[in-house]
Amino acid sequence: MSMASPNVGVPEHSHGGGELPVSKLDVHGSFEVDDFPVPAGREEEWRFTPLRRLRGLHDGRNIADGVITVEVEAPEQVAVETVQRDDSRLGTSFLPTDRVSALAYASFPTATVVTVPKDTELGDPVFVTITGAEQGDAYGHLLVKAERHSSATVVVEYAGSAVYADNIEFVLDDGARLDVISLQDWERDAVHVSHHYTKVGRDARFKSFVITLGGDLVRMSPKVGYTGTGGNAELHGLYFTGPGQHHEHRSLIDHNVSRTRSRVEYKGALTGEDAHGVWIGDVIIGEGTEGTDSYEHNRNLALTDGTRVDSVPNLEIFTGEVEGAGHAAASGRLDEIHLFYLQSRGIPEDEARRLVIRGYFAELIDRIAIPELRDRIMDEVEEKLQEHSPSYAGTS
Amino acid sequence: MTKFEIRDLRADVLIGADERQEILKGVDLTINSGETHAIMGPNGSGKSTLAYAVAGHPKYEITGGDVLIDGESVLEMTVDERARAGLFLAMQYPVEVPGVSMSNFLRSAVTAVRGEAPKLRTFSKELQGSMSGLNIGSEFAARGVNEGFSGGEKKRHEILQLELLKPKLAILDETDSGLDVDALKVVSEGINRAKANSDVGIMLITHYTRILNYVTPDFVHVFAGGRVAESGGPELADVLEADGYERFAKAGASQ
Repeated sequence: MSMASPNVGVPEHSHGGGELPVSKLDVHGSFEVDDFPVPAGREEEWRFTPLRRLRGLHDGRNIADGVITVEVEAPEQVAVETVQRDDSRLGTSFLPTDRVSALAYASFPTATVVTVPKDTELGDPVFVTITGAEQGDAYGHLLVKAERHSSATVVVEYAGSAVYADNIEFVLDDGARLDVISLQDWERDAVHVSHHYTKVGRDARFKSFVITLGGDLVRMSPKVGYTGTGGNAELHGLYFTGPGQHHEHRSLIDHNVSRTRSRVEYKGALTGEDAHGVWIGDVIIGEGTEGTDSYEHNRNLALTDGTRVDSVPNLEIFTGEVEGAGHAAASGRLDEIHLFYLQSRGIPEDEARRLVIRGYFAELIDRIAIPELRDRIMDEVEEKLQEHSPSYAGTS
Repeated sequence: MTKFEIRDLRADVLIGADERQEILKGVDLTINSGETHAIMGPNGSGKSTLAYAVAGHPKYEITGGDVLIDGESVLEMTVDERARAGLFLAMQYPVEVPGVSMSNFLRSAVTAVRGEAPKLRTFSKELQGSMSGLNIGSEFAARGVNEGFSGGEKKRHEILQLELLKPKLAILDETDSGLDVDALKVVSEGINRAKANSDVGIMLITHYTRILNYVTPDFVHVFAGGRVAESGGPELADVLEADGYERFAKAGASQ
């Protein structure tokens, strides 16, 4: 298990010289695939990703021989549309920030647009189910727009098998509240590279739960920017990485507007030979902003030998007027003091282990407000634990 | 009738990979069922080490002597086996275990110690009774084990476990520290209830005589320099209250 040390930079900048500081994290975007060179593997944003296992998603071939189905189940107040590539609402909230994102935007056949009308509070969630029906390359695009003072929960669930790249735009107008649960529940051989581009409006509140269980290689890049003051974004993540799986999560919070808040809390558990977890947490606190409140946290639990974690928080601050900015990261084994406490109450060691491991997951899963989804995720975690963690099954 | 014996117990605290320090230097103590023994002593005398070493905490290693329940050594037992043999430790700093609900934890512990799962209805009635006796709100059952509890809430939950698990011998490690008078009374009533409802032997480790106004000891021992330096009846506590530990601290240092 290895852990990179954090990069915390407060770049020098001069006032009055007219020269703006340049962020290393703020990658300039483009819709042109060829504006991004084919990654060779040494680039900062690609160095943790095993490129060979991307099955060509990054290298410039542009085939789409896979079949993906997108099904949406939504309360009747919600507008759900399948639109053509030239729909003017698409691609207005972001610029792709890497080659795969640009390729996905250049290649998706049709897009799905989900609109929650203004002042509408949804009682039931919107379910978007994306299923890989045939192993092959496929691209997708989803736009979720939460209009003024609306309130909604959207569940995006990936299943089946595919080599899939997609972009999701989450656009929150002023005062909107949007909860997103993105569940990567792929078959074991799937490859998925995904970007979430979120724009948080004035006094709007965005909350996401990114839960990655399946796939061979899953690389998620949730990015948040603000379009008004008072915006609040909470990013929660959970990955449970089994033998040979690569799960990578790269969050970027761009506090480009004053008085905005963010919390990033990702936790992972790894089990089995060559289980590889990557967490990159980038936070930029922009020039001239005031009153930013930001904190990010990553925790990793290694359940067996042979796992690997790379955990890198990057914090760049371009202003002195910060309310709070911090980060923490911890990686390790089960806490023997937790086990001691439970055992000191008579609970046998294997059961104590199960309780502590289950608790590690439940701490995050219990915050999901949809009981059926919560139970299903917990059941899948249990199943995977039984299958891949000898210490969990009690035979260690 | 249970006899709990500590014989010439020696233990090290494990500080680092190659670093250890001897803390217990030959402790002798016998507690019969129904008896309450107060262990008093200056800070750093090894009182808490005694508690943790007996319970089997991974940070301590026993290097000599023995600990027996009815003649059977507990030192060969795992931590959970010791608990099932009737040993209980109320910790000075109870551990937070995130994501494990208090009710799930208590049910697992009671099932393990009693050897069978309690009937759901009788258990929840028993749990509610003990919780209300300790002024613990019912909402705590759904919270993570000790998670975000105040110091006083943690101590009350330790005594809740004492009442539910009904051990043969309970070691209470500074259960009184950090409690205000009202909380101290509630916790003391819980200890006295456990004493009245069973013949539990109690090793009450404390720095102050305050709790002894509520929980009456049969014996008082002064702990200094990693061993029992002096033993007597309840009147010894009054001497300590008046004179302090100075005499024993010196004795400890010279040993």
